[in-house]
Amino acid sequence: MAKRIDVSGLNAYYGSFLAIEDISMTVEPRSVTAFIGPSGCGKSTFLRTLNRMHEVTPGGRVDGKVMLDEENLYGPGIDPVAVRREVGMVFQRPNPFPTMSVYDNVAAGLRLNGKYKKSELDDVVEKSLRGANLWNEVKDRLNKPGSGLSGGQQQRLCIARAIAVEPNVLLMDEPCSALDPISTLAIEDLIGELKERFTIVIVTHNMQQAARVSDRTAFFNLAAVGQPGKLIELDDTERIFSNPSVQATEDYISGRFG
Amino acid sequence: MSHATLSPKRSSLRGATLPKWFAWAVAAGSLVLGYGISAAAGLHSDIQWALIAAILFVVGSYAVSAKVEGARQAKDRTATSLVWVAFILAVIPLASLIWETVKRGVKVLDGYFLTHSMGVVADSEPGGGIYHAILGTLEQVGLATLISVPIGVLTAIYLVEYGRGKLAKAVTFFVDVMTGIPSIVAGLFILSLWVLILKMGPSGFAGSMALSILMIPVVVRSTEEMLKLVPNELREASLALGVPKWRTILKVVLPTSLGGITTGVMLAIARITGETAPVLLLVWVTNFINTNPFQDPQASLPMYIYLQYANSGGSGAAYDRAWAAALTLIAFIMILNLVARGIARWKAPKTGR
Repeated sequence: MAKRIDVSGLNAYYGSFLAIEDISMTVEPRSVTAFIGPSGCGKSTFLRTLNRMHEVTPGGRVDGKVMLDEENLYGPGIDPVAVRREVGMVFQRPNPFPTMSVYDNVAAGLRLNGKYKKSELDDVVEKSLRGANLWNEVKDRLNKPGSGLSGGQQQRLCIARAIAVEPNVLLMDEPCSALDPISTLAIEDLIGELKERFTIVIVTHNMQQAARVSDRTAFFNLAAVGQPGKLIELDDTERIFSNPSVQATEDYISGRFG
Repeated sequence: MSHATLSPKRSSLRGATLPKWFAWAVAAGSLVLGYGISAAAGLHSDIQWALIAAILFVVGSYAVSAKVEGARQAKDRTATSLVWVAFILAVIPLASLIWETVKRGVKVLDGYFLTHSMGVVADSEPGGGIYHAILGTLEQVGLATLISVPIGVLTAIYLVEYGRGKLAKAVTFFVDVMTGIPSIVAGLFILSLWVLILKMGPSGFAGSMALSILMIPVVVRSTEEMLKLVPNELREASLALGVPKWRTILKVVLPTSLGGITTGVMLAIARITGETAPVLLLVWVTNFINTNPFQDPQASLPMYIYLQYANSGGSGAAYDRAWAAALTLIAFIMILNLVARGIARWKAPKTGR
């Protein structure tokens, strides 16, 4: 299931503005890679280039290569819709579909793509909700609206929705920043379980969180406001937080920044 | 040493307040005074003494409040009274319109009136009904809705979801221009195209086309606003699941905004139902039942009201029929509005636990 991501020479633009410049990195399968860095340094933009969501933004475009195992996501003839089925995404704010029930939210990916068997759907929904550690909390209210859940439950519902389509990679854009510590803990535990099956990339502003959940950590930075963001270094999480090889990383991690 | 200036009895947080009945007392006082002044001055119009009373109320409550409560509370009271005066001024015409229509309309409004046409009943005779007019209005408005809703909703989807650059700007501009087209001009346009150039006769359908010119911009505008209210996060969530854009719009964006779109459509229908000018030019009128909107003149409620009133010539029967038809028209539009509200509530995104 899980696939390796290999990025080389990637630039992303908003119109004529170069948001991130010349990023190359490898994301190992069945591992958690965390992106840290100051606001505006392009972490989220980079994350969104990994499933071609960046070009959904008006004026967004990308050049460079993103290899998912053997296939270049930006190669000719690649269908962005197919890419997004392989590379799922969880957003900063929980965003369940407000017109759909808990069940329909989880089933949305399969239903909206139109290829599923009715008999399988119940199994997929249960499996995904169990996978997101939400089954026990919602099994009696599957037909209630998804927006009636608490914030942490909604976010796990969104994770269940994302893993229901069985992607190879799961991108998480600050998935805990709108949640309380208990829900955050639930999601972090979940990330630990999910990495057995998926390649996970997580953007976070919380360095303790990066240290807790990730195997490898990438530090992004920008020279100044208006300058493109760059990848400063990518290393094992332990090394980044104990003995980073770049001074800027150490400054950022120890809070001596700017 | 600011606390030294506080007297032990009065805290700085508590000021003198007038009792709750104060506003009512001033209102009653200014009504009596206003009536008295106008009676003394020999003014006969109701409007005159009501205006005097309103001014007395605003000025009086400001003066008393400024004296007792202070300038800020006095201004607050003045603003509140102005809002109330504006509200009452807006409601009076509406209430009196409904009151008059109901009072004069119920005389002949019954089951017979709603289920029979005028047929050969002369304008001066009692009897007859508006069945042919209701049928005509329903068919014309229904056809106009069938034409306008797909065009309007699809245009709005284009503008919100796809439209970038010059074409979208041009479409927005022309929709704005269309919003301001007088109904008679829409009627003349269809008249020149359909009747004069294409040599077609008057029919309900010709009227529907003119009505849809009036309806499309309203539908586009309201649908556009509703689609813009759908959070971008929902679109992204759907796209990130690997759902194509068109399915995202169809299955996520439209259902989320369906309540608002329906309300907008219903309000647009309510707007065109009372239009008379295009009907006058294109549908003409008949006293008989014509169920076919594609051929021959049809009756419609606005035209019926106008003709009955114009031809009443002092006879009570046609006059009463005109008011009864007006009441039917108002009731029809009101029911549409209520249905729209019901649908909006029923389809609104649910938050229950």
